[in-house]
Amino acid sequence: MKFPYSQKVLEHFKNPHNVGKIENPDGKGLEGSPACGDMVAVYIKVNPDTKIIEDIKFESYGCASNIATGSVITDIARGKTLDEAKKITWKQASEELGGLPPIKAHCSVLAVEGLRAAIKDYEEKHGLITEKEPTTEEVVRSRLKHVMNPLTGLDIIRTNLILKTSVEDGVVRVVVDLPANHQFAPAIKEDVMEKLGSLWDVERVDVVFTA
Amino acid sequence: MFENVIYLDNAACTRLDERVLEAMKPYFFDIYAVATSEFGYSMGIDAKEALQRSRESIASKLGADSEEVIFTSGSTESSNTALKGVALALKEKKGKHFVVSKIEDFPVLNTAKALERQGFNATFLDVDAEGFVDIEGLKNAITKETVLVSIQQGNQEIGTVQDLKAISEICKEKDVLLHTDATHSFTRLPLNVKELPVDLITMSAHTIHGPRGIGALYIRKDTPITKLMDGGFQEFNLRAGVENIPSAVGFAKAIELVTEEENQRLKAMRDRVIDKALSEIPDVTLNGSRERRLPQNANLTFHYVEGESVTLHMDMRGFAVSTGSACFSRSLEASHVIRGIGGDHERAHGSVRFTFGRYNHIEDADAAIEAMSEIVARLREISPLARK
Repeated sequence: MKFPYSQKVLEHFKNPHNVGKIENPDGKGLEGSPACGDMVAVYIKVNPDTKIIEDIKFESYGCASNIATGSVITDIARGKTLDEAKKITWKQASEELGGLPPIKAHCSVLAVEGLRAAIKDYEEKHGLITEKEPTTEEVVRSRLKHVMNPLTGLDIIRTNLILKTSVEDGVVRVVVDLPANHQFAPAIKEDVMEKLGSLWDVERVDVVFTA
Repeated sequence: MFENVIYLDNAACTRLDERVLEAMKPYFFDIYAVATSEFGYSMGIDAKEALQRSRESIASKLGADSEEVIFTSGSTESSNTALKGVALALKEKKGKHFVVSKIEDFPVLNTAKALERQGFNATFLDVDAEGFVDIEGLKNAITKETVLVSIQQGNQEIGTVQDLKAISEICKEKDVLLHTDATHSFTRLPLNVKELPVDLITMSAHTIHGPRGIGALYIRKDTPITKLMDGGFQEFNLRAGVENIPSAVGFAKAIELVTEEENQRLKAMRDRVIDKALSEIPDVTLNGSRERRLPQNANLTFHYVEGESVTLHMDMRGFAVSTGSACFSRSLEASHVIRGIGGDHERAHGSVRFTFGRYNHIEDADAAIEAMSEIVARLREISPLARK
């Protein structure tokens, strides 16, 4: 049989490690949505003294690439301190898996984001973050890196689909370089709203199309 | 290599019937002349006659005259020729507007979009939750400028069969040409141009165990149409190019081999998959109409799981199926058909299409559902959506 994935990806896909949910986790992260096709939840148990991730599990609603990355990323993170785990990158996961199809980058990057979100959740709950980070253009752009451009399979920032972003008095404005009647416009809008609408100091998100 | 695979993606392509290949062979090795050489030598006459017989066979299946059928390279070319050909022929005389349904297959949908970029206006008709075209919407959409309506007979993905009678009556009443894409319904469902005033019909051999790379377009007599392929004078001067006689012969043979008994057999497999999936697996939704659907098509959404993961697991167990998930397609766009019937992204991502063909057996339907049941249960165990 022939597959578009490496043997390692297939092994992790068939028998993913660390799947499931941790009841009463110390930290939890949920990234993606059914709208973008993939979703990952990451749960962590952390030793309060050493800040070492002692247990980690993930759940996935996603494709093979997504499941395999979740599996490998949780393998790598287990036994690491929070600071070490924060530095785990998608590239590292991809290398560990013997490479991933470039078109699937979006699907697999979610697992990394899920891990980071779980760590952030832990840090927030345990007073390790003293101030809430205000939403800046930088924050907006970093969030938009998780919105896929369906034309290319890469994110909308990397593919220069975002012409302009601005943040003013709780209103985020995102200008997308597509006509409003483009076949992908509604899906992109929905994704952008979802990624930005939940930020604590954002009251409204305006997604503007160029024509 | 793939002898143990249970292939359930017959809407994408079917296995060639060996009898079709046998029928084609002489036209590769013995009678390989082109049909246009009929006044030069006798091999050309034989070639011409074979082409004519094939044309007659397709025409008679539709109740048409043989001069009303031209061979093309397949359904993509047929639908391109129908839409662009009529649009070009009528743009000065009548107008630049045409109507297609939202859930047409890409040859029609993307041709419509291409025409829009060239200054035509398209109306993309809504469909209801089962995929039926909004008949009132069609009536309202047709204007004096409308040159063509294109609505498929049976849907490629969810199998819904349109009410072509009602659609054709409206078109006739409003004096607008009607094209139907019958790629997935030709020979599987009745279609007769004497009974239905359809003006153009797209057909293909690859969906009925014929060769790929050959299709046909029915063009009712006196339909204004501009040819897209310039060159020689083949196909009544409507489609230039050396005739693909072996494939035309294969196409005719493929038609001859489809029987009503076979269609009933496909229907039984379809119903088995639908009934078992709905009764044995929790949280499953049927996509398309239960009653009015193509005999070979079952399409179901298995909620809380993602289609590409399902198809990969199915492949590992020896089943070939298809999904409307974005991850499955190169475009990374979730099925426009499931979205078109009002399904959300999750419904599209979890949809799985089973399409049956001549080489499937009822046991294949049972085995597929058994495998699906296990795969879906396993994927739901790890899905964060499953508990919602």
